[in-house]
Amino acid sequence: MVEISKRNSRAWSRIGIRATYGQALSGYAAENPNVIALSADLGRSSGLDRFSKEYPRQFINTGIAEQNMVGVAAGLARSGFDVFASTFAPFASMRASEQVRMNMGYMGEPVKLVALGSGFAMGFLGNSHYGLEDLAVMRAIPGLTIVSPADCAEIYKTIEACIGYPKPVYIRLTGAVNCPVVYEEDYDFELGKAVWIKPAADITVISAGTTVGHCLKAADMLAEQGLAIGLLNMHTIKPLDKEALAHAASVSSLLIVVEEHMRAGGLGSAVLEHFAEVGAPRCRVVTHGIPDRYGETGAYSYMLKISGLDADGIARLIKRETANA
Amino acid sequence: MVSDQDIRKTIVDTAFKCGESTHIGGSLSMVELLNVLFGEVLDHRPEEPEWPARDLFILSKGHAVLGYLAVLHLYGYFDADKLATFQTDGSDLIAHPVKKPQLGIESSNGSLGQGLSFGLGLALGMELKNEDRRVYVMLGDGECNEGSVWETAALAAERGASRLCAIVDENHFRNDGATTTYANKIQLAGVWRAFGWNVIEIDGHDRDRIRDAFAAARAHGDGPTVIVANTIKGRGIDFMEANNDWHHNRITSNIYRDCLRALGLEPVDG
Repeated sequence: MVEISKRNSRAWSRIGIRATYGQALSGYAAENPNVIALSADLGRSSGLDRFSKEYPRQFINTGIAEQNMVGVAAGLARSGFDVFASTFAPFASMRASEQVRMNMGYMGEPVKLVALGSGFAMGFLGNSHYGLEDLAVMRAIPGLTIVSPADCAEIYKTIEACIGYPKPVYIRLTGAVNCPVVYEEDYDFELGKAVWIKPAADITVISAGTTVGHCLKAADMLAEQGLAIGLLNMHTIKPLDKEALAHAASVSSLLIVVEEHMRAGGLGSAVLEHFAEVGAPRCRVVTHGIPDRYGETGAYSYMLKISGLDADGIARLIKRETANA
Repeated sequence: MVSDQDIRKTIVDTAFKCGESTHIGGSLSMVELLNVLFGEVLDHRPEEPEWPARDLFILSKGHAVLGYLAVLHLYGYFDADKLATFQTDGSDLIAHPVKKPQLGIESSNGSLGQGLSFGLGLALGMELKNEDRRVYVMLGDGECNEGSVWETAALAAERGASRLCAIVDENHFRNDGATTTYANKIQLAGVWRAFGWNVIEIDGHDRDRIRDAFAAARAHGDGPTVIVANTIKGRGIDFMEANNDWHHNRITSNIYRDCLRALGLEPVDG
């Protein structure tokens, strides 16, 4: 594992999420011939260019054929390889969703399906390329573990945890270049175990993916104004870390789930389903995501801004909800 | 030695005993193909179903599971009591294959057009590990309507996947009737040829031709082979042959007697 440091984290942030994915996977492939990368013709868009040149035996471009990519990945995974298959989020989760269901869900073949550019990360490529519904689709398939790393360091952690992990995983990569850094030093990462970025407080924010970094910025802004906010990185969206949620519900009077996904079916839904089941008598739970429509499109930063998912928007949301309390 | 007649009798018996509709026509059309494959081609050990060096078979036309289960039973993968659970509540032997390598079932199928890509992944895995094993995938001609079949066909040819052998049980019918797609302007074998496969066309009920085709597939070291087998849906039961009413239907007591007669067997009274 490469060292997580302020310097490395900043360098990773500069090259961005997708390039870091390719770089990280190349690093693990170098030391582990069992690692195989599949791409549905998006190798150059996911930092796998170098991987394909340096480890041609371990790389397959399946062509622009996502359904076939998932099936082939399943056959290779059954053969004992650590298979990471990647394409843009809507194609991984929706074009090939029935292949995911049969191969990864029903048969349990331990493919690691990597959804690139999820959320609004594809910017001007628009709604056809955004990953706005992928969590809803993938969450409904039994047997999948769903992870969304908070930053580039957590991509390294996720890949490392997935190598040798005997179950299928959907890895949702949001964020682009210059995404906010969450981790500047090493930390304990375990699939299914959320990480407290800021300890639970009267108001606690729960998030996943690169939205965690924007929430962190918002929390820092509010801290300067004297408002302490807890922040939980729920990097594993399925299964949810129920212990962490129980702790949050016991400390906080307000839980705010913030995510770069449609409000239907994502992390907010998962948290609400959980509390509907176990109850949260002491606290109110609100969710903030993307409204139920295909709206205007633009640069990634613009999309985050108009959706209230940048640090300013999240800070405003927290203040508004606090005032409503 | 398992006879084709044994397999057909087992299919009919099992369909009758479960009392439910079963996919009988497409099970009967692939009997000779499966019998030669399991009897003479596959390197497998029914007494040790998960033997790591085994060849692999995938029934991509998963609805024809009854023919597959009859073959697995007769080759010793499981006993008659197990087979008798077919399409009964709670059984793992249902109308489509459910992955259970300990019973000889390597994958779950039923959603058409998916078995070939899983098979290609297995074949590429064998190649990466330099293993002398092969993958056989059985498809239907109706199944070849699925676009995902052709995604795999293209990649398998591009990768030169010689360990992969597809068999298309071309029985000329799909659920609603004739497989008209490949009946006029497009010939199924021609499409596979256009996708760069080694194509062998045979009568899918002629054991000698089937045997030769599998030998030729094995000898072909330059990419994947497809055996396009011309078959008759419902083969062996005269009133079911090329009669798509028997795509998915129930065998009543009277029909069961007719089936036995058609197979040249005397119905046992009672």
